[in-house]
Amino acid sequence: MANQRTNVELDRLALDQKFNARKFFLKWEWLLVVILLAILGVNISASGGSFLGPQFFGSTNNFMDKSFLVLSMTFVIILGEIDISVGSTVALSSVLMAVAYNAGLPMGASLVLCLLVGTLCGFINGVIATKFKELPTMIITLATMIIYRGIANILLEDRAAGGFPDWFQNISWGTVGPVPYSLIAFLVFAVVFGIVLHKTRFGRELYAGGNNRIASLFSRVKVDRNLLIAFTLNGVMAGVCALFLTSRMTSTRPNVASGYELEAIAMVVLAGVPAIGGKGNISGVILSVFIIGYLRYGLGLFNVTAPVMSIIIGLLLVGSVLISNFFLNREKKLKVR
Amino acid sequence: MDTILRLENITKVFPGVKALDNVSFDLRRGEIHALMGENGAGKSTFIKVITGVHKPEEGKMFLDGEEVSFDSTRDSYSAGIACIYQHSTAYPDLSITENIFLGHEIVRPKTRALNWRAMHKSAAELLDRLGVSLDTNTTMGELSVAQQQIVEIAKALSSDARIIIMDEPTAALTKQESEDLYGYTERLRDDGVSIIFISHRFEDMYRLGDRVTVLRDAQYIGTWDINEISNKDMIIAMVGREITNLFPKRSVSIGEPALEVKNLCKIGVFQDVSFSVRKGEIVSLTGLVGAGRSEVAEAIFGISPADSGQIIVDGKSVKVHNPTEAGNAGIGLLPEDRQKQALILDWEISKNIGLGNLTKFTEHFFYDVKKENEDAQTLAERLAIKASSIFDKASSLSGGNQQKVVIAKVLTTDLKVIILDEPTKGVDVGAKAAIYEIMGDLSEQGYGILLISSEMPEVLGMSDRIVVMKSGRVTAEFDKDTATQEAILEAAILNTANVS
Repeated sequence: MANQRTNVELDRLALDQKFNARKFFLKWEWLLVVILLAILGVNISASGGSFLGPQFFGSTNNFMDKSFLVLSMTFVIILGEIDISVGSTVALSSVLMAVAYNAGLPMGASLVLCLLVGTLCGFINGVIATKFKELPTMIITLATMIIYRGIANILLEDRAAGGFPDWFQNISWGTVGPVPYSLIAFLVFAVVFGIVLHKTRFGRELYAGGNNRIASLFSRVKVDRNLLIAFTLNGVMAGVCALFLTSRMTSTRPNVASGYELEAIAMVVLAGVPAIGGKGNISGVILSVFIIGYLRYGLGLFNVTAPVMSIIIGLLLVGSVLISNFFLNREKKLKVR
Repeated sequence: MDTILRLENITKVFPGVKALDNVSFDLRRGEIHALMGENGAGKSTFIKVITGVHKPEEGKMFLDGEEVSFDSTRDSYSAGIACIYQHSTAYPDLSITENIFLGHEIVRPKTRALNWRAMHKSAAELLDRLGVSLDTNTTMGELSVAQQQIVEIAKALSSDARIIIMDEPTAALTKQESEDLYGYTERLRDDGVSIIFISHRFEDMYRLGDRVTVLRDAQYIGTWDINEISNKDMIIAMVGREITNLFPKRSVSIGEPALEVKNLCKIGVFQDVSFSVRKGEIVSLTGLVGAGRSEVAEAIFGISPADSGQIIVDGKSVKVHNPTEAGNAGIGLLPEDRQKQALILDWEISKNIGLGNLTKFTEHFFYDVKKENEDAQTLAERLAIKASSIFDKASSLSGGNQQKVVIAKVLTTDLKVIILDEPTKGVDVGAKAAIYEIMGDLSEQGYGILLISSEMPEVLGMSDRIVVMKSGRVTAEFDKDTATQEAILEAAILNTANVS
């Protein structure tokens, strides 16, 4: 029978060998750690040390709301797809919540509505993407980006809406000790997304789908269902983002969160997820959220204007992608030897 | 007679395979020369040597008596050799004129502006020469396959081709369209163009050819005048060798039916396909490429389900709308193209094997990597996958070992029937033997095995029964004792019953 043909070449010991030093330290995340430490160092010296005080946590409040988008965007990009409608989804969820509250809906119900609107927007993207495979998701979400923003514009025209109860502001501005609720919420979500991505079957299927859609299909992976889930999750997180953003600004306008989709995509790319999908991990994503967030904050300390800030972040992105290419090629060369 | 193209002692070697072994060929001016041979006999490689896609390791080529050597299709094209493929390579959204003159447009001498008037006129003349009238503004996409081929011929003529190679031009045509194509081809010949015609259809060869050359197993078998060779001799020339007993076919006790397929239909793809596979039995589904075999397999596995018909596994009728349902019913498939349809090349062997049955390795929401590794190790050892460990990437393996990984992946699921679609395609001889060995093991363990293969020796050597398909229909079924290569080939090529 077959077991006579056991193969000496297959090393069984490899099963127990958990730690591979070279593989571990060649990881992209180490470069991100270095960049983050450098940025923190500069921030500390620029602020004369006061950055290490309550500011250290407090400053995260400026970039936490968009960070929620990054987590679900990671899923979408690992699948090899893209969603550029999330900024508009945030605006629509936020505006509808404000309109509903001002029309007499209780605040609690308005919060739920905000989340539901986001979820529905994401679900619609997902349904279109699975039913019309010939359309690239870039185009689908470009269309819904315009549509969702358009609806928000019709609802509020050019007005702002607010007047929320005081406790609503607390969602974003409240803290536990020096740590804002938003940071805690982000870390909780990050852990959940990380577990789903790295420890569950669904996560494995996301990577499989991003690497080879056809082979996944032949391996009985429900490719379409996963795509629908990823887009819907992106909508849910857009709703969460809308909650924290509206709470932080205490009012909303139809043009809030414009450009958030691009920032979220930039963070995912910096985290080492290639645009074609199939690779990357959540620790890189968390690191890149803090890199870009603290970088913006630090540049603010130097009174750098917003346009210059964008240029610097753009350069960081291009530079890091180039370095990652260098790293990957280097790994291949080592293997040949 | 006047020879226009002569090839002498051509040898072409690919890593591990001799694709052409000392092949000679000559083409006369104004003749239609048929090139025949089984799948994989080396016909396509031979054509690619002529057109400059491949450079032969040995041998010489003479055009008009002068030695030539082409580095690319551009070289051969400018020397007057054009190739027309089975699947049109045209641009469907461009007009007939644009397609014909793509790459050698007529321009006004001074301004270098495109001279559309001249191009349309010239295109119409070319089509007229072939005896068809089409509006030259029509886009290619609006034309039938046959009409597209005529435009391709016109394109070849527009660049003054003296030699036209047609690679299975009639494969996608109806009988009437084929008849029309014969007409155009004869017209070309009478104009002095020399034609090399590749086809699996004997009808084509007899109807059109002046002479025929047969290749088999990368070797030159012979060249005959068409009226000199009988049908039977032709088949013997194509099939040739005796089957040596390279195949470890074991005597296995055969049980109840594991898979029964009844009247499976998919409109435009296959019709009325019925057969059965019993436990421990290896049944081959064979026929020419394009006969609908893989499509039947994909229907049974639920990738693109059939429109009607019945699939019965282990005595129970099952509904298969998607691969998940097929897997639950106990049907597994080893797809034809392992790199595109089965493997994630960037992943380790272990993860690739695990992908075969994610459900099995999931417990209480979490994915159990440890269990995956243990199962992968066991299967890899059982199939003797050659690698340093199961954490090697699939991309680092040879074709044969990659195929074993795919088999391991299929075996992670509890199956009744395994469909193997061209399991030895592109693997070397050693790996082939190993895969046959594994097939023997599996049949001993009571799996029903459906083997889809174009390779005659494999089909005859491994099967208990052989089901032959042609043009989407089952045309014959043989027992292993009564099957001969000639009979199978006849059913796959000649049998014209039920063909519309």
